[in-house]
Amino acid sequence: MEKLRRTMLYVPGNNAGMVKDAHIYRSDSVMFDLEDSVSLSEKDSARLLIFNALKTLDYEGIETVVRINGLDTPFGVDDIKAMVRAQPDIIRIPKADSADDIKAVEVLIEKEEKLAGLKVGTIKLMAAIEGPLGVLNAYSIATASKRMIGLAIGAEDYVTNMKTKRSPGGVEILFARSQIVTAARAAGIYALDTVYSDVNNEEGFLEEVRLIKQLGFDGKSVISPRQIAPVHKIYTPSQKDIDFALRVIEVIKEANEKGSGVISLDGKMVDKPIVDRAERVIAMAKASGIQFDEEDDK
Amino acid sequence: MSKNAVNREIPGSISGFDTLKPFEGAFTNTPLVRKQKGVRNLPKLNKMLDTVEQAIMKTELKDGMTISFHHHFRNGDYILNMVMDVISNLGIKNLTLASSSLTDVHSQLVRHIESGVVTKIYTSGLRGELGQFISHGKMKNPVLIHSHGGRARAIESGAIKIDVAFLGVPSSDVYGNSNGYTGKSACGSLGYAKVDAEFANKVVLITDYMVDYPNTPFSIHQDQVDYIVKVDSVGDPDGISTGATRITKNPRDLLIAQNAAEVIISSGYFEDGFSFQTGSGGASLATTKFLSEEMIEKGITASFGLGGITSQMVKLHEKGLIKKLLDTQTFDDDAIKSIGNNRYHTEISASYYANPLNKGCAVNKLNVIVLSALEIDTDFNVNVITGSDGVIRGASGGHSDTAVGSGISIIVAPLIRGRTATVVDKVQTIITPGETVDVLVTDRGIAVNPRRKDVLERLKATTLPIFTIEELKDKAQRVAGTPETIEFEDKIVALVEYRDGTIIDVIRQVKS
Repeated sequence: MEKLRRTMLYVPGNNAGMVKDAHIYRSDSVMFDLEDSVSLSEKDSARLLIFNALKTLDYEGIETVVRINGLDTPFGVDDIKAMVRAQPDIIRIPKADSADDIKAVEVLIEKEEKLAGLKVGTIKLMAAIEGPLGVLNAYSIATASKRMIGLAIGAEDYVTNMKTKRSPGGVEILFARSQIVTAARAAGIYALDTVYSDVNNEEGFLEEVRLIKQLGFDGKSVISPRQIAPVHKIYTPSQKDIDFALRVIEVIKEANEKGSGVISLDGKMVDKPIVDRAERVIAMAKASGIQFDEEDDK
Repeated sequence: MSKNAVNREIPGSISGFDTLKPFEGAFTNTPLVRKQKGVRNLPKLNKMLDTVEQAIMKTELKDGMTISFHHHFRNGDYILNMVMDVISNLGIKNLTLASSSLTDVHSQLVRHIESGVVTKIYTSGLRGELGQFISHGKMKNPVLIHSHGGRARAIESGAIKIDVAFLGVPSSDVYGNSNGYTGKSACGSLGYAKVDAEFANKVVLITDYMVDYPNTPFSIHQDQVDYIVKVDSVGDPDGISTGATRITKNPRDLLIAQNAAEVIISSGYFEDGFSFQTGSGGASLATTKFLSEEMIEKGITASFGLGGITSQMVKLHEKGLIKKLLDTQTFDDDAIKSIGNNRYHTEISASYYANPLNKGCAVNKLNVIVLSALEIDTDFNVNVITGSDGVIRGASGGHSDTAVGSGISIIVAPLIRGRTATVVDKVQTIITPGETVDVLVTDRGIAVNPRRKDVLERLKATTLPIFTIEELKDKAQRVAGTPETIEFEDKIVALVEYRDGTIIDVIRQVKS
């Protein structure tokens, strides 16, 4: 089954209490941050904390991601050295502007993997695009490394660079979102939306999640465990969608058994995109914990 | 034959009756009846006294007697300290204090224990400085810890004989009709105090708000009351109640609550007409919220909510989701208003609530209870009274009463609290025996008491994270480690009484 990445929970890398419990809220991934949420004086202690947490604690199958500091800072190289050995599932590169940013990290990772005696290529990469140049280079960033599994958009820096600011409808980042999700799809990797920082504005958050789902994003970075369930709920297919998908699959199966060519359901032609969509709905429903009767599950 | 006071011949005895007592005049045998009948400008007959001191003198409180207080004013209570200071000044010693519970504001009692004014204590709980003092073995006699239902049983059965009850009330008339929801110090239900008012030998009301006679509806009746004292203030309103109890924003509590609500929904007890009680703690309160969302969705209403009533429960009642509320203790302003205004928000006494030996208490009719825990062990025994340092810092409350009375008892707690595991091999102190506990819901998984095969089966059919309690313990210990055992002295500082009057555990002095 395709891995779900509906929610990636931000966890400040210097907060031991939160690091210890990061996985209990069942986001699809947790992202330990060594970058913006950690002050300069705590960079090394946060790195050490995350290293030990990943080595010691059982995250019970939740995907672990570490956002490292950029290589343009004094911390990036040490972050990579430590994290390659701590072995999170994914390293997230901040502020990617070009494919070179990814390649530079990849070279370092590979070197450390070899030094540490690890299999080369184990750790995957994702990149956050946070500026206009990165948006324009989105496809080349997405395809810069075989390790790349996803692109994320970081909106705050982007809108500042664009000489504007965030608005509730998000019209100012519509182009960037569209570009990034298109690039990710073209590269066959995941697309993750930016954070919604007004944690208490539940309605505004829901609207944004509906929007990014409609745009085609796989999910969203979240900053509070309270934001996880609403995202999962919106990404969970409705019963109506599930029922329709099950019927599509049923008629396809029947048609295949009979060897008939053109298939229709409720008077409409069922073609490949419809079948693909139906299969994705069922996969998503199962991944979301919806249980199917044996009867439906054949 | 003899002539009585109105000159009628009355026989000394007659077949079928005991000795006949001749009438001696309208006022002779009823000293409290006003004698000024017929006189214009009658002084209103009342039970008012000027000071607490006068009341203590009138009740003839003596060395060695038992006095009682209630804890409806919670951390805002002025009454206990006020009365104890006067008693102390009067030089009365060797008293038994039978409070329904004691809170952080009662640390002054330490002084009265040291000076020998109080030599024995019955209470549901101890906290703060007083808990430290007791736990360090500084009181000669052990404290007896009882549950709310257990206290009502003890008082009704005479195991605790209260000589004088000093009951703070938010409003009273001159004759002693009083209730808890009128006045500036409103606290809502007077459920604990009702037991004292009914069974204490002498009852003194202390209020800061006098109303016209009759103060209806009343919780404590004029026929139970001996004396009334008006003081400037019975308590600090900010400590008595909070504003509307808010749903927590703590994600861990919300996670636990969500799991607890799902357990209830899948337990087999979630059906139209069910009844439930949830506490006022973060996770417990939030459980109510998640449960109500499902009630709306499924069109299920509850026949009654019990407690421990909060604004959350009141809201559900007002929406028609809970038909009736039975209230022995009211937690916040909105709930206090509700018990005053709302016909189906009914005040009940602690005996009605949970006395195991009366003819039927409310907890027996309860389907679902959500309770908290400081510790729970692999036998599902629960500790809600001693902290991880062995010091008394909690209360028995209605925990054991509701656990045994309910159809399904659900404990909600974080698997790790601070740096210590909540699930342990053996709890420090048993308040509620594991045989009455059904499900543990934590932030890292759910465990069902193997005794409840029916519940386990139902929950296994869901996607809820079900583990054995041993597995949860291991999970906790992997992160938090195993703490060194706390060292205790031999001295027993408290007896923990189960609701039926038997002793379920003892608490020993902590090593300093």
